[in-house]
Amino acid sequence: MLSVKGVKVEIEGKTILEDVSLEVADGEIVAVLGPSGSGKSTLLRAIAGLVGPTTGDIKWNGRSVVDVPTHRRGFGLMFQGFALFPHMTVAANVGFGLKMAGDPEVERRVSEALSWVGLDDFGPRKVDSLSGGEQQRVALARTLAPQPDLVMLDEPLGALDRNLRQRLVADTRQVLEERKVTAVVVTHDRDEASAMSDRLALMREGTIVQTGTLESILGTPRDGWVESFLK
Amino acid sequence: MRRIRWGWASVAAVPALFIGYFFAYPLVRILALGLSELSIGASGLEARLLRVGWFTLWQAVVSTILTFLVAAPLTWAVSSHEFRGRRLAMALVTVPFVLPTVVVGTAFVSLGWRDSIGAILAAHVFFNVAVVVRTVSTLWSRIDPRLHEAARVLGASEWQVFRRITLPLLRPAIAAAASIVFLFTFTSFGIVLILGGLRYATLEVEIFRQAVNLFDLPLAATLAIVQLVGVSAALYFYSRYQERTASEWTLESGSNLSRPKGIARFGVAAATIGTLAVLAIPLSVLIRRSMSGSFYPSLLETDRVVGTPVSAVWNSLVFASVAMVLATVVGVMASAVITGRSGQLSRWFDLTLMLPLGTSAVTIGFGFIVALDWPVDLRATIWLIPIAHALVAVPFVVRTTVPTLRSVPREVREAASVLGASPLRVWREIDLPIVSRATLVGAAFAFVISLGEFGATSFIARPNTATIPTMIFRLLSRPGETSFGMAMAMSVVLAVITAGVVLAIDRARVGELGAF
Repeated sequence: MLSVKGVKVEIEGKTILEDVSLEVADGEIVAVLGPSGSGKSTLLRAIAGLVGPTTGDIKWNGRSVVDVPTHRRGFGLMFQGFALFPHMTVAANVGFGLKMAGDPEVERRVSEALSWVGLDDFGPRKVDSLSGGEQQRVALARTLAPQPDLVMLDEPLGALDRNLRQRLVADTRQVLEERKVTAVVVTHDRDEASAMSDRLALMREGTIVQTGTLESILGTPRDGWVESFLK
Repeated sequence: MRRIRWGWASVAAVPALFIGYFFAYPLVRILALGLSELSIGASGLEARLLRVGWFTLWQAVVSTILTFLVAAPLTWAVSSHEFRGRRLAMALVTVPFVLPTVVVGTAFVSLGWRDSIGAILAAHVFFNVAVVVRTVSTLWSRIDPRLHEAARVLGASEWQVFRRITLPLLRPAIAAAASIVFLFTFTSFGIVLILGGLRYATLEVEIFRQAVNLFDLPLAATLAIVQLVGVSAALYFYSRYQERTASEWTLESGSNLSRPKGIARFGVAAATIGTLAVLAIPLSVLIRRSMSGSFYPSLLETDRVVGTPVSAVWNSLVFASVAMVLATVVGVMASAVITGRSGQLSRWFDLTLMLPLGTSAVTIGFGFIVALDWPVDLRATIWLIPIAHALVAVPFVVRTTVPTLRSVPREVREAASVLGASPLRVWREIDLPIVSRATLVGAAFAFVISLGEFGATSFIARPNTATIPTMIFRLLSRPGETSFGMAMAMSVVLAVITAGVVLAIDRARVGELGAF
């Protein structure tokens, strides 16, 4: 279980996150939804350990991870824009995390991960030869291949065009559910958020203003902003 | 977090210690030595300083102006026109610039031109034309052609367009090229030492004479300080103009070259062929005269005084290999620090690492013999030669590596980190493979620089560790047609090796050759 408590993040003197608290149960998929600049990505970066919180605590299964460096947290993070390694093949990208963990069966597990996302024969391809949708799947496979405890997706479909997004929303959700992962998905799109997740966390100006399912939030919106944002 | 900082500090420590001990510390010793002499005020010092300093300054200014005059026609031709052989012309004009100065000097001696100010100025122009052509044409070819059209529509003649539109827009490139040419000619050593005879000496040559021939180290140190002041002024001017480059909106991202029409066709042809023909004279005479006797076989014979000349080739190749490895290791580590997250440290590093480029090679060699007796006396080890060469070459490795490192998006490194790679592992798996190609080019540059390095080497090379350039100089200094012939043959050998490596770099096509 992920538990974020009272986290504050400052970058170069500017407060990006203020008193953020969020709990994600095992196997649950939570979507963090908010306008751009509301601090969604920073929240993921803080959980991944790419930025340190000024105050507050981040716990995984009851133990604080604040002092654990990024590469030892064992979380998965899929970056906005995918951040594929440009000098490696698809297989090397997907196998990177397994290689770092010293997995003895990198090859088998890479092809397994590629089949999850429907890219079975793509292993030897160079990443710059991929279409946007294929890049998204490779990034997803790369994130899931080491079977991380917690998966974070930052605007997983943000860089793609509209038609593709609608198709990939369902695919992505299906892959996440089949793997039974605990996941936090960041997006600015309401429909995407509700389609991909069990529960929403609405974010505005660095704080989480309301959590719950889309229906429950729409039923009792906390304020006018929430109501108009979800319309 | 603490662990990461320590790792970072140890990466920064290697280049910092290298530059600190082999560059900054010797510089401090020179300053101390030179300033103590100044306060004593030795007789005749001021007159000599004034004479040498004045010559150094005016020959640099005149060389710079002449270089611009000679480069102007070709710069115009390649900046606004596309024509067959344009690429080849750009490559050929760069040849003199990549040649070691000793080769350039020998080439002009082979023209029968020695002990004269004319030879010095001509050799400076020959060497630097490429700097002006390449620097200015890079900007010129990118100026938005609509500005030109707009001015013409408003009633300006061609000349008025050039005078009021093009020239002002070119100012940053002109200033940059002028600073570089001034810097090179102000600190000119090999060319002046070979062509100037005993009559003409720049500060650089005078430092060498005082220190090596007359053993007057304090006076040499004083001269080095005067030279440093001049160099710093030129560098300051250069960096100020670097910051104020032309506003981007006046520039097109691609280049706008058009085929020359009418009378311009003759102009382009005349400018290109004429310039290249003039530049070809010294080299072709050098090659022809080097073959006018059995000079090449003589290089293999053992001579009582200079040893076997060809052994210098072996020495040079070994030194160049060591210098290349040193410069690459130090340069890549320094690049990692420069592009690293600590802003303050990286800016400081960036500046410090460029300093050896601005300081003359002679000052570096002189600093070695003044300072490296502490804490242990290193002055007798042959390692000093590749270390000096590496010091000169590090800025080039950094300049080729840093832009590629900067081009790696932050997220790519972060992705590797999230996937379980430690900071060291991120560097090995991500950064290193991505920069390896660019760094290879930097390494090749380091190799070429080491092969041709003369200023620093002339201080620290021993008779048994002569490099190709010092061997050429020793052969040139001996009377006799055979010695001179061997010097020419040796110069051709050096030119061929250099050209071979540079050609290989150009094939790799990473970054612009000779771009500053």
